[in-house]
Amino acid sequence: MLLGPSLAVSALLFTIGVIGVLVRRNAIVIFMCVELMLNAVNLSFVALSQVHGISGQVFVFFVMTVAAAEAAVGLAIILAIFRHHRTVDLMNINLLKG
Amino acid sequence: MAEQVFWFFASVAVVSALLVVVMRNPIASAFWLVNTMLALAAIFFLLQAQFIGTIQILVYAGAVMVLFLFVIMLLNLGRGGSDLRRAPVWLLGVVLVGVLASQLMPLAGYTRERLALEYTRSPYLADPEMVFDSTLSAAQATVERGVPGDIAKPLFEQYLIPFELTSVLLLAAIVGAVVLAKRRI
Repeated sequence: MLLGPSLAVSALLFTIGVIGVLVRRNAIVIFMCVELMLNAVNLSFVALSQVHGISGQVFVFFVMTVAAAEAAVGLAIILAIFRHHRTVDLMNINLLKG
Repeated sequence: MAEQVFWFFASVAVVSALLVVVMRNPIASAFWLVNTMLALAAIFFLLQAQFIGTIQILVYAGAVMVLFLFVIMLLNLGRGGSDLRRAPVWLLGVVLVGVLASQLMPLAGYTRERLALEYTRSPYLADPEMVFDSTLSAAQATVERGVPGDIAKPLFEQYLIPFELTSVLLLAAIVGAVVLAKRRI
């Protein structure tokens, strides 16, 4: 069944994704780490769908659609920011700071 | 045998994920992320989720990561210096991650029996065969309906309205992306 090991790997991948979001400054790398966290959650959905029934896999399907939409919009935003600032370093993008 | 294969792909996924965070060049990060997603697809196959594994390869490793690589190369990134935040910020980040990891790691001990016990909250009724309807389990459904039919049945019956709403979401995302990325509309 591999339920416990799958959940452990999922937790580990999620934690690595959080490290990436907190430590890096490049907007695209941070975005990739968010995708990594979504993937980690998908793994735990799939692992638990072995026990709870196929609905977990349907949820993974929805998560993937939302992630694809999010990637399209997020990368368009990064593109627009790059046109304006000539950088994707999040430390230089502080327009909202008072 | 399945267990060794699982641990092989799990270690590939975790090491690649670490390299995503560590690599300085965003293109290298993107390729390691593709590697992580392929390893995760292999784990999905092992966990009897063949359709999800296929979609993982097609949508994530294929479409989404190509989009990422396309944008990285369009912006001509990857020649900067250090990409880390200042020391106090990332040290705080590591501490927070340590707390998160210590909270998540007990998940490793979960089995079907323990899940059933916490589900019913009664030590007498905690037989997983009784708690979880075995006709709902993925393996059983695959035998009855085949791999795509397995996931299509709940998708088009129980989750039909969310499924249709997803198309609206995708349309909105496409329109939004075009409006944001275009210089002049």
